[in-house]
Amino acid sequence: MTQPPISRGFRGRRSDGPTERLPPGQHLVSDFPVLSAGPTPKTKLEDWRFSLYDGHTALAEWSWADFQSLPQTSLKVDIHCVTSWSKLDTHWQGVTIDTLFEAAGVSEPPTSFTMIHSEGDYTTNIPVEDLIEGKAMVATRYEGDPLEAVHGGPARLLVPHLYFWKSAKWVRRLQFIPDDEPGFWEELGYHMYGDPWREQRYAGD
Amino acid sequence: MPETDTGTATRKLIWRVAEVSKIIDETPRVKSLVLDVPGWPGHRAGQHVDVRLTAEDGYQAQRSYSAASEPESAHVMLTVERLEGGEVSSYLAANVQPGDRLELRGPIGGYFVWTVAVGGPLFLVGGGSGIVPLMAMLRHRAAAKSTIPAVLLYSARTFNDIIYRQELDGMAARNDGLRVAYTLTRRQPPGWSGGARRIDGRMLESIGLPASARPRIFICGPTSLVEAVAQSLSALGHERSLIKTERFGPTGR
Repeated sequence: MTQPPISRGFRGRRSDGPTERLPPGQHLVSDFPVLSAGPTPKTKLEDWRFSLYDGHTALAEWSWADFQSLPQTSLKVDIHCVTSWSKLDTHWQGVTIDTLFEAAGVSEPPTSFTMIHSEGDYTTNIPVEDLIEGKAMVATRYEGDPLEAVHGGPARLLVPHLYFWKSAKWVRRLQFIPDDEPGFWEELGYHMYGDPWREQRYAGD
Repeated sequence: MPETDTGTATRKLIWRVAEVSKIIDETPRVKSLVLDVPGWPGHRAGQHVDVRLTAEDGYQAQRSYSAASEPESAHVMLTVERLEGGEVSSYLAANVQPGDRLELRGPIGGYFVWTVAVGGPLFLVGGGSGIVPLMAMLRHRAAAKSTIPAVLLYSARTFNDIIYRQELDGMAARNDGLRVAYTLTRRQPPGWSGGARRIDGRMLESIGLPASARPRIFICGPTSLVEAVAQSLSALGHERSLIKTERFGPTGR
């Protein structure tokens, strides 16, 4: 690898924060940028459902009220967007995927991969092992307040150890699939897995 | 079901060294950098690239930028705005000189993309530097000598903040089916006949294309504009699947 060209006089805005928590190529932000591919859906809570499928077989479905009565978990995590911003110490509340599986009577995941489906046909693929053992949740509150629609409310997936496009906004369904398949952005050249610490932004990274 | 593309892993996006061949002052705050990128694989209008800068001590910073140039161009053009606290943009807009080199990789993104093959009509709504990917689409349309009906509604703060104004006016003057309308939200010059407020439903209805024409809609700008325009267009009956959005926040640029 040849040396990258040096930009004369470029000093950059070095982060004052704990840079050991910043994956390669990321920079810290204090606001919460919004990125999405289409109009923000406005879902009425009475119409909202979250469901679990094994292939095309429904395993469980929760209404908003059912979902709220499940055991709630709080998480403090760092999040990393593929567009290179990171945000530290964000607070979320919701239902862990472990809790959902337990409530649905899924003691052993039927496959090793999932496709996550959101309102408006957005999908993203995630291995089951990245969703369990406290690693992921369906989040309904951010910094103590109900999650705003532009940030994925009423409920978004939260998988903080992967790039944030995997934390699908407006999430509605978790589907077990037999083999790993690309979701929406993965089909368009983004990485199948998306580990920020290995800088897996795009296919081939 | 789309077929699983097992070949994607071989298309690694490598960092390429780009050389700045020309700098264009677009507005007092905005510059375009025309780049020579040896080996550039080409892009489609609306796609973006990642730019990486390296400081003398090895510190690096990278950001994404939409390409402003059409796929037919031999160069890649980026348009950057000097932003308060914009780590990479501020350097690009203030310090870069012709002959300077920087790293670039791409193209990235395949959703907020338009080609003449996709067809129209085309309804573009931009705010501020959100014009950039829309300009790539209009330049592509012009380069392809397309007469696909197209409307651009572009919101800027003042007359002098309109990026690419001469080129846009020139494109509109060709009478090839493109209509360009501006709205100035902060200050209007004397005798101004364009819009004089933020884009709203009424403006979208009177200037834009009706839902019955099923236009392909691309909206790019700050989140507040994108949210308002996307919701208004949905309310006017435009199908959500035809509305594509891209947001330029104050960060990440």
